[in-house]
Amino acid sequence: MNLDELAERCGEWLKGSGPESDIVMSSRIRLARNLADYPFIRRCTEQDRAKILRTLRDRILNSQELPNVSYVDVAALAPVDRQFLVERQLISRELSESEGSRGVLIDAEEKFSVMINEEDHVRIQVMSSGLALQSAWEQINRIDDLIEQKVTYAFHERLGYLTACPTNVGTGMRVSVMLHLPALVITKQIDKVFRSLQKISLAVRGLYGEGSQAMGDFYQISNQITLGRREDELIRQVSEVVPVMIDYERRAREFLIKQSQKDLHDRVSRAYGILCTAQTISSEETMMLLSSVRMGVNLGLIEDVAIPTINQLFIHTQPAHLQKIRGMELDTADRNVERAHYLQRQLRPRKADDGTEKN
Amino acid sequence: MPMKCLNCEKPATFHITELTGEQPQELHLCEECARSYLMQAEDKSDAGAPTLAGVLAQQLKLGQTAQELAKLDQRACPVCGITFYEFRQQGRLGCPHDYVSFEKELEPLLVNIHGDHAHVGKRPKRVAQSTDRRTELIRLRREMEKAVAKEDYERASQLRDQIRAFEEKEEGH
Repeated sequence: MNLDELAERCGEWLKGSGPESDIVMSSRIRLARNLADYPFIRRCTEQDRAKILRTLRDRILNSQELPNVSYVDVAALAPVDRQFLVERQLISRELSESEGSRGVLIDAEEKFSVMINEEDHVRIQVMSSGLALQSAWEQINRIDDLIEQKVTYAFHERLGYLTACPTNVGTGMRVSVMLHLPALVITKQIDKVFRSLQKISLAVRGLYGEGSQAMGDFYQISNQITLGRREDELIRQVSEVVPVMIDYERRAREFLIKQSQKDLHDRVSRAYGILCTAQTISSEETMMLLSSVRMGVNLGLIEDVAIPTINQLFIHTQPAHLQKIRGMELDTADRNVERAHYLQRQLRPRKADDGTEKN
Repeated sequence: MPMKCLNCEKPATFHITELTGEQPQELHLCEECARSYLMQAEDKSDAGAPTLAGVLAQQLKLGQTAQELAKLDQRACPVCGITFYEFRQQGRLGCPHDYVSFEKELEPLLVNIHGDHAHVGKRPKRVAQSTDRRTELIRLRREMEKAVAKEDYERASQLRDQIRAFEEKEEGH
């Protein structure tokens, strides 16, 4: 797989096309699985890791039913390429930063990826745009079955699928939706909402999962429990809370408009103005301003830019992406300049050759 | 004479082993002081989702003496060799068989995390009973490594043949 080409494109899950995609950025499900005849990763020798990697990689690459899958040897990648795959959400930070044989299989449309030798031997994840957990489950269930045809998973009669960490045992499943909640942040209601989610054992994390800060007002909501409930029950639990969150966010937006449409319009227009004209800009400021613009577009306050463009900018303006797109290593100061130029190219109405404006 | 509470004059009825410091420390408290001690410990741990280490420490605090704990810490899984102490430190298990080796200790932990102790979801389509037989391979490979490390090549080659036979039989079926 050519990572430079991948950098120019955009994953299926960023297209902003699924149901409720003004607030639900993406849906994802992951399954944790382990082979029965090897120790869990922490106690594997390098020889064990190499064998596990080979077995699983060949199993997936040779499957007729999973075409268009490419293998990437993560251990052999340069740090910037590993960071690139993390920003792209195709691998986890843990896989990027650990040591020893490890890899990832990536679907050409980035609808799914399979990490090998992360915390568990196998981590399958399926991603889609908008609120689409049911189809994500159907897809991941099928991939799981295909892998399992040729390998024996560690499974316990009473405890289900066995995982390195007891917090994942049972279904080994994490169901999550990524929500864009800028109005709840502005109206300072976000903490209250999250406390109530924690009470019903749902976890809230930032854009890049465990331990990450909420960037660009994106929040991931996922199940905490993996044992004692069926997969469809776990999906339902997360699914049921999403319309409630959407409703809260929509009401907060209405409140902001009612309070002062002019102020809100001013706020999002200024954000757009800075993104279009800045000469140097940090990643944090970019995320914050893009969040305002995204809400502005969804409320019809900004008309000359489309949601998929904004979604893509959240990912493509991050450090490793900028360096891949530019084709060279850049330090922080150079990245800030490159980011500003990239934003201008993507956002400003371009003049066509005949001098007429087109967008 | 009954032991007195560390904080007041009442008899100590709770014996708590504190695991958060470098050495396990025993605290002898009366019911009232024990309750406020445990509440305070709970407040200190971040109000967010309980961490695995936190849940485990909390659970082991009750009803175990330092000696019992030291003994438990030394227990090792016969398949992968991980000790309970190592699991406690890292929060990650060593092999699938640990769920059998440490079943009694893990049970309350699982109930604490998941509110349940039995899986009801998807099952592998292939026969699941083979899991136990497969963990035998983990043990054999580990034994072979040990034999190689000790330069006992005769034993190592015996083990290697055993592993091969095992793998072939499994793949054939």
